[in-house]
Amino acid sequence: MTSAIHVTGLNKVYDNGFQALDNIDINVEKGEIFALLGPNGAGKTTLISAICGIVTPSAGQVMVFEHDNVKAYRKARSHIGLVPQELTTDAFETVWNTVCFSRGLFGKSPNSKLIESILKSLSLWDKKDAQIRMLSGGMKRRVMIAKALSHEPDILFLDEPTAGVDVELRKSMWEQVHRLRETGVTIILTTHYLEEAEEMADRIGVIDKGKIILVEDKNVLMKKLGKKELVLELYKPLKKLPESLATFKLQLANDGQQIVYTYDSTKEDNGAVTLLDALKQDGIKCKDFNTRQSSLEEIFVGLVGKK
Amino acid sequence: MNLHGIAAIYKFEMNRTWRTIGQSIASPVITTILYFIVFGSAMGSRITDIDGVSYGAFIVPGLIMLTVLGQSISNAAVGIYFPRFTGTIYEILSAPLSFVEVAIGYVGAAASKSIIIGSIVLATAGFFVPLDIQHPILMAFFLVITCVTFSLLGFIIGIWADGFEKLQRIPQLVVTPLTFLGGSFYSITMLPELWQKISLLNPVVYLISGFRWSFYESSDVSLGVSITMIFIFMALCMAVIGWIFKTGYRLKN
Repeated sequence: MTSAIHVTGLNKVYDNGFQALDNIDINVEKGEIFALLGPNGAGKTTLISAICGIVTPSAGQVMVFEHDNVKAYRKARSHIGLVPQELTTDAFETVWNTVCFSRGLFGKSPNSKLIESILKSLSLWDKKDAQIRMLSGGMKRRVMIAKALSHEPDILFLDEPTAGVDVELRKSMWEQVHRLRETGVTIILTTHYLEEAEEMADRIGVIDKGKIILVEDKNVLMKKLGKKELVLELYKPLKKLPESLATFKLQLANDGQQIVYTYDSTKEDNGAVTLLDALKQDGIKCKDFNTRQSSLEEIFVGLVGKK
Repeated sequence: MNLHGIAAIYKFEMNRTWRTIGQSIASPVITTILYFIVFGSAMGSRITDIDGVSYGAFIVPGLIMLTVLGQSISNAAVGIYFPRFTGTIYEILSAPLSFVEVAIGYVGAAASKSIIIGSIVLATAGFFVPLDIQHPILMAFFLVITCVTFSLLGFIIGIWADGFEKLQRIPQLVVTPLTFLGGSFYSITMLPELWQKISLLNPVVYLISGFRWSFYESSDVSLGVSITMIFIFMALCMAVIGWIFKTGYRLKN
């Protein structure tokens, strides 16, 4: 597969000595949705800024579709659209003008039809002549996306795209992102909403304290690090678990009404059947059961917590 | 060269000017009218001609310079400082634009606005004193080159400033005094000899002197020296901007 972005040995040390990026190596393939996760101050925005040319790295190299973003910055940057975390727009400019301005900056000639279709797809067409200061937060967020799409980028960076956005708009943005991916756009998103990464990403990278902790296919990651739980609802509550069940590492929950069995879903014999036999032998009757997969959020907390 | 990018910045900045057209134009025009009433009519009628030019007419080039110097600096400084302040600079920095193209866009727009205002001040002056411009092409050249040079200075100030207070510091504490002491309202030959020599250290003297020569063929210093000095000042500004672009000072760090 072709690399959309290839980062090697990227470092950023600020003048005050703070190391925001520590030897970052990362590869994003063309057409994929890559989610970059990390706690506040982990280096997500600095990494995006360094790739986009906003921050000068202290060391390392960024290649965008095989163009060095320093030596061939025009070619490299022309592939990229950026939706920053902050709603930074010129408040007194109209939606139409600000989107046209963004297209011009990237060296593209005016294209009214394209801008019209972008604004319509983001439900901004009826606001095209409105000053940005008159728009709601959600609309401003969509204006930022329209600006980033105005020059028809091959790569779109979405830095916390749905921060402060209501559930309905968030879902509609997810749909928009999926539609963009269908047109071949590579998408890199950072988010605090792990549900968002879980919903959208093909691969996930986790960054903490300026270092990439892991990069993994989302499904593989969920399978590898995700644990499954079997929750058994009991007819009669237990005060304590019988000694005979000690080998299963069970937990009593809900005032003894539930037994929770955590197991590795990747193993062929996960021990669930053996547990049910053991419960039967001990005369413990179950009235119901359910299983649940640990979420990306739990995996993420586990990963960052370990560091 | 990214011509569409330069045009986008230029158009964006000029839109900002048109949005505040009343404030942009009315303020310098009213100030000029006040200067003409006070210095041209009230006091000027009691002052003798200077080099054969009535005092009211004598101060016209100085008043235009006073206005365009301040306007050029503030237009360019605000133009680049505001995106830094609001954060919209990310778009400029991530676009396939060289720093030279960015500077052309911002400085070009700032200088254009100053040229328009300078022309309006000149036209306003025509209502108060008879204007007889001996060398109109040279006058236009001086006007354009001054607006561009001081817009370059404003661009530097806009990048250097890290607050609105600093944005005003250089124009208020340095440029305005230099303009007033640079012969806007008098010929430096009217000063004692020592102050004449000290005045020659003021770069604005050369601007006003050359500009005034294009009107009345009379000046404090020779035309060649005036033109040389303004190009030296322009080269200095460009050198500083070149260093800013090379290091990313206050832009990319």
